[in-house]
Amino acid sequence: MIALQRRADPSRLMGYLAPLLALGITLLAGLMLFAILGVPVGAAFYAFFIEPVSSLYGWAELGVKAAPLIIIAVALSIGFRAQVWNIGAEGQLILGGITGAAVALMFHQNDGWYVLPLMVLAGIAGGMAWAAIPALLKTRFNVNEILTSLMLTYVAVLLLSWLVSGPMRDPDGFNFPESRMFHDAALLPRILEGTRLHAGAMVAVGVVLAGWILLTRTLLGFALRVNGAAPRAGAHAGFSQPKLIWTALMIGGGCAGLAGLFEVAGPIGQLLPSISPGYGFTAIIVAFLGRLHPVGVLFAGLIMALSYLGGESAQITLSLPLAVTGVFQGMLLFFLLATDVLINYRVVFK
Amino acid sequence: MPEPISPKAETGNGVPLVEMRGISKAYPGCLANDSIDLKLHSGGVHALLGENGAGKSTLVKILYGLLASDSGEIHWQGEPVHISSPAVARELGIAMVFQHFSLFDSLNVLENIALGMDVDADDALEQRISDVSTRYGLPLDPRRSVYSLSVGERQRIEIVRCLLQDPRLLIMDEPTSVLTPAEVSELFATLKRLAEEGMAILYISHKLEEIRQLCDEATILRLGRKVAEADPRAESARSLASLMMGSEVPLMQAKRQADVGEVLLALDELSLPAVDNHDIALKNLHLQVRAGQIVGIAGVAGNGQDELLQALSGERRLAQAEALTLCGEAVGRQGAALRRQKGLCCVPEERLGHAAVPSLSLSENAFLTAHHRKSLGFSWFTSASRSRRFAREIIERFNVQCHGPQSLASSLSGGNLQKFIVGREILQAPRVLVVSQPTWGVDAGAALAIHEALRELADQGAAVLMISQDLDELMQNCEYIGALCAGRLSDFHRVQDITVQQVGLLMGGEQLSGVEA
Amino acid sequence: MNETLMLTVLTIITAATPLVYAAIGELVVERSGVLNLGVEGMMLAGAVCSFAVAHHTGSATLAILAGLLAGMLLASIFAFLTLSLQSSQVATGLALTIFGIGLSALLGQSLVGIAFAGLPSLHIPWLSDLPVVGRLLFSHDVLVYGSFAIVLLVSWFLNRSRAGLVLRAVGDSHDAAHALGIKVIRVRYMATLFGGACAGLGGAYLSLVYTPMWAENMSAGRGWIALALVVFAVWQPGRLLLGAYLFGGISILQLHGQALGINVPSQLMSMLPYLTTILVLVLISRDRGRIRRNAPASIGQSFYPTS
Repeated sequence: MIALQRRADPSRLMGYLAPLLALGITLLAGLMLFAILGVPVGAAFYAFFIEPVSSLYGWAELGVKAAPLIIIAVALSIGFRAQVWNIGAEGQLILGGITGAAVALMFHQNDGWYVLPLMVLAGIAGGMAWAAIPALLKTRFNVNEILTSLMLTYVAVLLLSWLVSGPMRDPDGFNFPESRMFHDAALLPRILEGTRLHAGAMVAVGVVLAGWILLTRTLLGFALRVNGAAPRAGAHAGFSQPKLIWTALMIGGGCAGLAGLFEVAGPIGQLLPSISPGYGFTAIIVAFLGRLHPVGVLFAGLIMALSYLGGESAQITLSLPLAVTGVFQGMLLFFLLATDVLINYRVVFK
Repeated sequence: MPEPISPKAETGNGVPLVEMRGISKAYPGCLANDSIDLKLHSGGVHALLGENGAGKSTLVKILYGLLASDSGEIHWQGEPVHISSPAVARELGIAMVFQHFSLFDSLNVLENIALGMDVDADDALEQRISDVSTRYGLPLDPRRSVYSLSVGERQRIEIVRCLLQDPRLLIMDEPTSVLTPAEVSELFATLKRLAEEGMAILYISHKLEEIRQLCDEATILRLGRKVAEADPRAESARSLASLMMGSEVPLMQAKRQADVGEVLLALDELSLPAVDNHDIALKNLHLQVRAGQIVGIAGVAGNGQDELLQALSGERRLAQAEALTLCGEAVGRQGAALRRQKGLCCVPEERLGHAAVPSLSLSENAFLTAHHRKSLGFSWFTSASRSRRFAREIIERFNVQCHGPQSLASSLSGGNLQKFIVGREILQAPRVLVVSQPTWGVDAGAALAIHEALRELADQGAAVLMISQDLDELMQNCEYIGALCAGRLSDFHRVQDITVQQVGLLMGGEQLSGVEA
Repeated sequence: MNETLMLTVLTIITAATPLVYAAIGELVVERSGVLNLGVEGMMLAGAVCSFAVAHHTGSATLAILAGLLAGMLLASIFAFLTLSLQSSQVATGLALTIFGIGLSALLGQSLVGIAFAGLPSLHIPWLSDLPVVGRLLFSHDVLVYGSFAIVLLVSWFLNRSRAGLVLRAVGDSHDAAHALGIKVIRVRYMATLFGGACAGLGGAYLSLVYTPMWAENMSAGRGWIALALVVFAVWQPGRLLLGAYLFGGISILQLHGQALGINVPSQLMSMLPYLTTILVLVLISRDRGRIRRNAPASIGQSFYPTS
């Protein structure tokens, strides 16, 4: 009989090993899945994990995909540490894209240096505004933020769809649901010639650093962690729970909005009916896979970005459905949650 | 189904009702029971006596089928039995009243009782409940929801639930820790009557006086071992205590003479509304605590102690600033952080989750409430090294047994964590310290250390307010004593001028006449 | 009776039925103290599997059964992780939704664009032939009747049966229940599997009846609305039925808005169910005392039998 026995102290070693173990098991399960789908396992493995990063362009693409994931996931980690379950980052990302694009479109005949900074501020403000709704409802009316932030994601998708087919549609665009292309001044500078890698990747590294300092070195980070681990102890210490809920959601909304702005001002360059392949949701997995720790999130973000690229490459070379990516991501989170048991429990054979 | 009790059936033949032989049980890092023997006879009240952590609970959980022993055997009326689950225990005729009641707040009394008995919550059961409760003087309304009941009433549900199963053996785990003195005597009357009818009762406690009143046999455990069997009526409380603790018990401290210092903490018409019906509203509390004094507030749990602590600490702000005065300043509308900066520190009752964060280290828990008064950071930033140094200081000064400042709060024993928490507040040199249940569930050694530290703090000129259910603790340590009942404070009396029975009356909400306040 | 009105009522029933299934299942799960945020994923799995079976076998019975089993299968993953391996219920529920969306899209790859005839309506002799009432009440498919039956059954189970009492006890305090010898983990496994089966049925209704076809992500947030409905119903089956029909009505408003002469862009009309959900959550949740009195006290907490 296999049984679980609680450890006296959580195992630090397992804290590091569990994600690696989960990755390994996901890989095995994925190869089995390919075998079941009747795809040559070796080719699938190559298409999924090797081919995307076999060129400089591939690595740059990895950065393009990883940047938004990391920016959002660091912010979500901070919130999740405080038990603030903002799962509507996708909606906040879309809002950031919309408000940022609004600024770009407003200045579409203007090439001033101030356009991009204004867009960045607008993007952050848009994401924050969207996150402010669950924050207000949670602190004023005790409404579960999981459900409200998620409902607002559906609203944001519809809002974007309406805007690109109505008010923000390109007047010369033959009625396609798209905005104008942005002016060059409204585009993010590329940091690697010949690729799509943009300044957002550098910002992502900065966000990791800032998140790490916030969580481990500041009073605010401490207060957030205490609020998540033992809210009554936080109240006893004098940390205001409503303020922490607001802070967590503002950080989450701001970062998601920034990531959204980076998408429209980076790889896309205009407003489309869909500006994200679900980065806001995948960032939740990234946050957990990275152990809710900014440095862990950095690595997890790269791995998840690879799963997007692998999915695209497998679609092209093996004509596998793109949905494989979602299955992979879900499995990885399952296995991670399963292997996490080893941190607090030891497996004993009786 | 067990047969109904036939009074005095097999007391004569000498075969014990239950015999536990050589019971051992180990947990990672500790041997909770080390080859313990225990014999119980029908018609007798048997005490299981020991400090917190002596292994009493482990032993009875094995007897009740909640835990499996590593070795040893149990005989029921001379026959070996394997008690693999509480259901098996109930089948044999064993019933147990837990220290922490196994009750469901959202269900009514009838449903709660039905759940413990594997029967339906129907009219027949309702009738049986009324029968038993009238017969043994345990009034209960079967249709009331449990969340609206007092602690004493909740215990009655547990007892009635047990009695409905016509048990041969009734196990009571620390039943009086939550009762007023009057409720205790009612309970003892019920228990004595049950024993006369032929039931065996196993009574677990660390309170010596009540064991001497009630029990006719005692088994004494210390650190997982059985150290003695005794007849409690033939022993003095002192001799029982020394058996229990393994050394001579220190003499009770002489009462200190109260200095009449300035008033550091004053409650004036302090009121706090209830948030919902799980809460007690505080109503017009008046109280003054002077420098150098320890003032005690007695009361049965659930009469507003939690709410009072939150109102004093600042976790819940008051509507009127003047309702709470700290060193002459009205602070009622200020929050917890500001009040602490101004010298008001608190030790809440619940150690894990309220006073300390279980999943954080001791240095982080030191930082939690002391970061401002002990400057454990630089404005927005925390300092790990200063926190660690402060944690180490607490550990050394208060002799906290742990692996060092990096140990998680959850890995400490109750007594050690309590010493750490009390030490954390005392070393901040507060002007006013409010402590709630400072030694609840703490071993005797740690309790003694905590009491000494509190008295020393008062001697240095701080005002100390002690909220406790333990009357002995209050009578030993305080200058003045009063009681909290249903959110109202009684008058306060000098400890010299009041008896335990009179405090009991205060706890029941009555006023004393003829005693000078 | 006016023909348009009749049609509207009939569409409200089809819109409400999947919500009734998903929400009544989650209600039972939550009453046992488990919070499964994976309803959306389980609905999608149910939808794709039942559609696939319907397409390949043509048997409605097998299709419904497939939806039920698919939901249960996903729920069993959730149950194993949260109940046996003590993983966080919130994180695992989110994972289940993400996994369900991906898996259903993968499985449904070859089914996109195929139409299906839909479930046959039950013809009840005499009753179905009654004017107005016959069409309104006695001309539905088996799943609609099933949804009412299941609400009644759950209501009886929770309030009248001993097993329901045990389930409520486990949701109220798992420690107290364990101390009485109740098998907490077993009760929660069964509740979670029941919830999965119901979500699967809700999904099956979507792909077999509501829009008889398969499309990626076709549940469009209904799983999350079902979660909100449980809060709206303050964990009472009767109120849940009411809530589901209210939401059914609102989503119909969005479909028929144009016809009713409401000249608002379709995207904005489509926001209505989500905005209503938020509004309803605000109205219910602002009464903290009510939530605290009715919410299962141990919801969302892991249970590890310590003694």
